[in-house]
Amino acid sequence: MDTNTTTREHEPLTIHHTSIAEQDLKKDQTTFFGFWIYLMTDLLLFASLFAVYGVLRANTFGGPSGADIFSAPFVLTETLILLTSSFTMGLTMMAARANRKPLVLAALAATGLLGLSFVSLELSEFIKLIAAGHGPQQSAFLSAYFTLVGTHGLHVMIGLAWLLALGISIGVRGLTRPNMRKLLLFSMFWHFLDLVWIFLFTLVYLWGIL
Amino acid sequence: MSLTTFIFGRLSWALLPQNPIAWFGSLFFLSCALAVPLLITKFHYWKPFWNNWLTSLDPKRIGVMYITVAVLMLVRGGIDALLMRTQQATSVGASQGIVTAEHFQQIFSAHGSIMIFFVAMGMLFGLINLVVPLQIGARDVAFPFLNSVSFWLFAAGAVLINCALVIGDFSTAGWLAYPPLSELAYSPTVGVDYWIWALQISGIGSLLGGINFFVTILKMRCKGMTLMKMPMFSWTVLGATWLTAIAFPILTVTLTLLALDRTFGMHFFTAGGGGNMMMYVNLIWAWGHPEVYILVLPAFGVFSEVVPVFSGKKLAGYTSMVYSVIAIVFLSFLVWLHHFFTMGAGADVNAFFGIMTAVIAIPTGVKIFNWLFTMYKGKIRFATPMLWFMGFVVLFTLGGVAGVVMSEPVADYQLHNGLFLVAHFHTMIVSGVLFGYFAGLTYWFPKIFGFSLDEKLGRRAFWLWLFGFILAFGPLYILGLMGATRRIDHYSATLGYQPWFIIAACGAVLIAFGFITQLQQLYVSIKNRHALRDKTGDPWNGRTLEWTIPSPAPFYNFSVEPEVHSRDAFWASKLHNKADVAIRQTSAVAEAVEAEDIVLPRNAWQGLFIGGFAFLFGFGFVWHLWWLVLVGLIGAVTCLLTRVFTDDEKLERVIPAEEVARIEESYRHGHASYSTA
Repeated sequence: MDTNTTTREHEPLTIHHTSIAEQDLKKDQTTFFGFWIYLMTDLLLFASLFAVYGVLRANTFGGPSGADIFSAPFVLTETLILLTSSFTMGLTMMAARANRKPLVLAALAATGLLGLSFVSLELSEFIKLIAAGHGPQQSAFLSAYFTLVGTHGLHVMIGLAWLLALGISIGVRGLTRPNMRKLLLFSMFWHFLDLVWIFLFTLVYLWGIL
Repeated sequence: MSLTTFIFGRLSWALLPQNPIAWFGSLFFLSCALAVPLLITKFHYWKPFWNNWLTSLDPKRIGVMYITVAVLMLVRGGIDALLMRTQQATSVGASQGIVTAEHFQQIFSAHGSIMIFFVAMGMLFGLINLVVPLQIGARDVAFPFLNSVSFWLFAAGAVLINCALVIGDFSTAGWLAYPPLSELAYSPTVGVDYWIWALQISGIGSLLGGINFFVTILKMRCKGMTLMKMPMFSWTVLGATWLTAIAFPILTVTLTLLALDRTFGMHFFTAGGGGNMMMYVNLIWAWGHPEVYILVLPAFGVFSEVVPVFSGKKLAGYTSMVYSVIAIVFLSFLVWLHHFFTMGAGADVNAFFGIMTAVIAIPTGVKIFNWLFTMYKGKIRFATPMLWFMGFVVLFTLGGVAGVVMSEPVADYQLHNGLFLVAHFHTMIVSGVLFGYFAGLTYWFPKIFGFSLDEKLGRRAFWLWLFGFILAFGPLYILGLMGATRRIDHYSATLGYQPWFIIAACGAVLIAFGFITQLQQLYVSIKNRHALRDKTGDPWNGRTLEWTIPSPAPFYNFSVEPEVHSRDAFWASKLHNKADVAIRQTSAVAEAVEAEDIVLPRNAWQGLFIGGFAFLFGFGFVWHLWWLVLVGLIGAVTCLLTRVFTDDEKLERVIPAEEVARIEESYRHGHASYSTA
């Protein structure tokens, strides 16, 4: 082998220096990318639950089917509330970019309230079903329904806890660089939950009612 | 619910071990668990143990902890294996062997679960932690704190699965717990719950670890290292973590659904209520088959580093190696049904999956040929890592061919659920995965600890493992063809199985001696560490970045950031500089360039505590101690919140340039040891 030539293949190592600003930028980009990957794994988790629901949705075992228990106006209300919360989340991000802290907190609070009312509606639906004897133990269909919708609801609840912590942090420390980063991550998470809900709305409720 | 039930759930004194072997297991586990804190107290090691290990975010330290847990679990799984071999060699005709049928079922279920989830996965993430940041020229992983959480979740799962030795029993439903057997109706005790929660907790750790290293490799490579200039081990880890991120969510869901069935009376996989048990089998293998490739790809990666270095040649067919990794990643999701051809999916479905299974052997074959071409006309040094490769390449190819045989649905109908299958997958996992990891551990050991492992004992261990393996698993192929099914605890003497089972038991004993020799090797090497010291930082004449820095690798990995312009960047530098000094960060370069301030994460206690609370959470679910579940949940969340509410600046520390220069200086004079690294 010719060792004297310095073709691209044999170019030696050199030294590189990354400035602190570059390092910070790279750290932010890494965090966002990592969060995207996490969201994709969460999406796969939902995909598995959707597949399970698809397999079991006809296995009502003498219990009610989707058409018997789903109410279109009710689900539409839930959907509109969640979509609106995505809109207020968008407003939060715009206010944050404009560096207007009071507006950020207000829009975040609106998002939280909408999320809370969504979860309350979902819980009231669950309680109503269980009270009528249609709990998740009744049939494979109901097991799959409660688990799929409940997993989404659990995500929303985790989101609400995160939102609260984030709101406090912004209230105390203001729109610092770490808080801006966390706000963007939270916004990704919130829109992601909205996206999953669109699939839930279509594949569970619409398909069930039609 | 009475107050006693509320406080104690399903716990009762009657659930303590009931027979001598179970007592032994229980005492063994408890004494191991007690010995660690006692020894630490005796040697006044608590403070360094806390600072250097328990709270460390250094991936090299975390890697060592992963491997320590994995080795301990290998002892546990190995004892299970010896019990199984003894039982099958002796339980014939009038003799009932050494354990009851029920206990035997617990043993094989524990053996499989432990070996895959806690030995193979532990060593895998250990190796990844030790090597990947060094190999891609990074000072850390993408998310150091998450890395610590991953490890402690893994450790929590390991402790939980061993709790079954002390209180209650373990699952009898095999390592993948097929329903309906694993449902409450047929497994009413806590065994399956132990299995579910140990795997769930460690599985979430693996998922987070997979995401972390996937991002690390894609985002943290040093300047100039394009993907096609990346060392092969890192490529295979990229493939494996990619698979982890896709496959492990399916495991999380599957285990959750089984837990919902068992704990809350739902009907996902039950025989009644409209449940579908075949859906479980589909789901678990949609995770399970990629899992096999998660384990084996990095072993391929180790050999792709070892073979070029010990043959003194560059890796043959780098590009084809990369594409075969990618091909395996995709194909591994298209073969899961071959685990249950006999389910009756129909001829067309079986044909598709049979063909896909045969096809996946092609990229693997590409790799085998590339390694052999790398050796061809090379100047081969038969050091221990190379011996592991030679053993691997013969056995793995034979085991792979056995796999292609079973990819034919027609043949599989005969071989399904038999010992031929058991022999096949042990060839893949032991002589493929484990031999690979052993080669990697021997190869990178000096980089982590600053001294090499004793060669003579390493060779002896290899030969014991090799012959032990052939004796232990060769007979199982034959027994499988004779019609012996897997998991039998007793058989008739007229079947003629016994001689083969006795040979297999002898092989298992040889493997045990191989393992003991490895422990002896470690002990002797530590004793002779001064003589075995790696003074150059490059003991094997390596080709990649990790060998440019001194051994043991300093905690900041690279005093200055490398920039690469070619594959095998270190080798290129050696060729370029001709003289042996090459580019050594400790010498010429570090002197010419001023050292720089380095920012690294501070230690964090939260990872350890999150692991502890996750254990309480799992234990609570197993025993229906709902208050404990709540304690675990609230505790873990509180730990996270303390982290979230700490200022970013307080999570980091800056190592001033003078400090870096001082440490590098101590390396130059040979004063650095593992404790300072």
